[in-house]
Amino acid sequence: MKAETMPQPARFALPAPLQGLTRRRLFWPCATLALLLIINGAFNPNFFSITVKNGHLYGALIDILNRAAPLMLVAVGMTPVIATRGIDISVGAVVAICGAVAASLIGGTLIIQNGTPVYVSQTPMVLALLIALGAGLLCGLWNGALVAGAGMQPIVATLILMVAGRGVAQLITEGQIITVYYEPFFIIGNGFLFGLPVSLYIVAAVALLMLLLVHRTALGLFIEAVGINPVAARFAGLNARRILIMVYAFCGLCAAIAGLIVASNVKSADGNNAGLLMELDAILAVTLGGTSLAGGRFSLAGSLIGALIIQSLTYAIYSLGVPPEINMVVKSVVVLTVCLMQSDSFRATLLQHLRREPR
Amino acid sequence: MSRNRLFNPALLPLAVTSLLFVLTFGYGAVAYTGFLSSQVFLNLLIDNAFLVVVAIGMSLVILTGGIDLSVGSIIALVTMVSASLVEHHHWPVYVVVPLCLAIGAGFGALMGCLIHFFQLQPFIVTLGGMFLARGLCYVISIDSIEITDPAYMAIAHHKIMLWGENFISINVVIALAVVALGVFLAHYTRFGRTVYAIGGNERSAVLMGLPVGRTKILVYTFSGTCSALAGVVVTFYMLSGYGLHAQGMELDAIAAVVIGGTLLTGGVGYVAGSLVGVMILGVIQSLITFDGTLSSWWTRIAVGVLLCAFCLLQRGLEHGGKRQLAAA
Repeated sequence: MKAETMPQPARFALPAPLQGLTRRRLFWPCATLALLLIINGAFNPNFFSITVKNGHLYGALIDILNRAAPLMLVAVGMTPVIATRGIDISVGAVVAICGAVAASLIGGTLIIQNGTPVYVSQTPMVLALLIALGAGLLCGLWNGALVAGAGMQPIVATLILMVAGRGVAQLITEGQIITVYYEPFFIIGNGFLFGLPVSLYIVAAVALLMLLLVHRTALGLFIEAVGINPVAARFAGLNARRILIMVYAFCGLCAAIAGLIVASNVKSADGNNAGLLMELDAILAVTLGGTSLAGGRFSLAGSLIGALIIQSLTYAIYSLGVPPEINMVVKSVVVLTVCLMQSDSFRATLLQHLRREPR
Repeated sequence: MSRNRLFNPALLPLAVTSLLFVLTFGYGAVAYTGFLSSQVFLNLLIDNAFLVVVAIGMSLVILTGGIDLSVGSIIALVTMVSASLVEHHHWPVYVVVPLCLAIGAGFGALMGCLIHFFQLQPFIVTLGGMFLARGLCYVISIDSIEITDPAYMAIAHHKIMLWGENFISINVVIALAVVALGVFLAHYTRFGRTVYAIGGNERSAVLMGLPVGRTKILVYTFSGTCSALAGVVVTFYMLSGYGLHAQGMELDAIAAVVIGGTLLTGGVGYVAGSLVGVMILGVIQSLITFDGTLSSWWTRIAVGVLLCAFCLLQRGLEHGGKRQLAAA
């Protein structure tokens, strides 16, 4: 049963032009994930069992995948941003904004149809979802404009939206928690398709699209070029500004989709708490996946695995009976350890003046 | 832009900030009855004393071109440690407060060492510190701990009478002392000049033979100590310890420093500007409270808009400066 989930990240890695390198770079994230899964399995004998109930697959592994879906999306969006030496700390706020937009547009009013009470959407759902995604895209474009247009440091540019975004989200929800009653909206976060959660298909679609763009076109190379040396990239004829804006817009869009999944999953929108600290988890996932915060080479598959590592870690902490409050301490230790590991390779580069070997 | 020597472009953000403070306060005075009183002004200091203390530590960090995201969590940790020690173990104030300061200093020094020795990004290291401190709070207790210790109560409720009916709290004295210390350190010591040099160009600072590593570690230690002191101030202000205290404080502190005219790329700015930055955030808060019809989330939006405006102003100044250099 374990084999059922493990090949998934590996399959994402396959289209890479440099298979040998990719495999080696993904080794550490994969090993960490495997270790965590084994620890989980050791303490919880039923961990790897997947059963079929009502035509859906049930089990701890499916649960981890399902719960990791928003984080995986945000991590996929964050990866190219970090690859351009940037950072987007506004994703949590964007998640809250988009959830709030969708929930307030859909809401759900009770009407009597053929004698039975039915909840209908206030706005056609497709339109509401598109508006929510548009809001996320707009947030991303705003960040991109500040970074590429005004030349602000990414952390500051996105800090603005992080501060103001929560306010905007609360403005939309008017400080309340908006509950959604419209049934079809719940499919995004709670529905199943061919036995697997719908959210996983969304993640897979976004990730595959991005992988195709990155590996089958020159876009991936452009992003790395901007991250390694923006000035050189510009002299080489790249429109670095346009790439930066695109990258931030994509990140905003990913956060918007994640926001929809979160809102649909909890059937409500909370401007204050939706996506809280998600930016940190996303950065952690990207770092764990082997993408250096110094920019340059990146690995989308690694980020997906990183998100799964975080979710498995959370799951392990819960199932080991450790108080969940320890979660943050464990996470912080993991962050610092991973950073130190990356820094060792960084120092090795400095010493040897040779090609760097990211882990 | 700055043809005449009398006008220093580094002063412009500070001038704008000060003007903005006067204008917003003036607006409040005209729009709301009772706003124009010295006690309202003093209340700004009383209610934001902890933010002032944090912002001073943060200014020095930002002046070196770094950032410290752990400040809010360290405040929470300090409130938690002091509440737990005072309430559950009955330790006296004069032991608890130095201990808390030592914890903060240790935290800062540790992060500074990681940043310097392993050349890690300040952002990610302090992010780790933020997680760690916040997590440790919950290890102590998940619930809020109320402080009923008489010594703490006495300090918290002590009013220092100024003129007439106006008063300030002991917290304000602490905050102003920290501002004085910060200004002294930044502008009148060798340490301060090294801080500005690192922010201007770290590599040049190393080549000049300045003690870059030591200064960087000291800056983070200072920021950690300031956060711990702010935690002590919060403990006096709230009379409780709670893991959720000061959530998002790091952002307010960064915003205050930026609005106070310190360049986020480091090297340019005035420590005293951060005090004005905090006061502006405080005035916005008071205006929204006085108005009564505006909801609290407008504060966050206003802070975001201000932050954006000041960052754009900074970018404009940098551009102007570069053009001037190119022309020369």
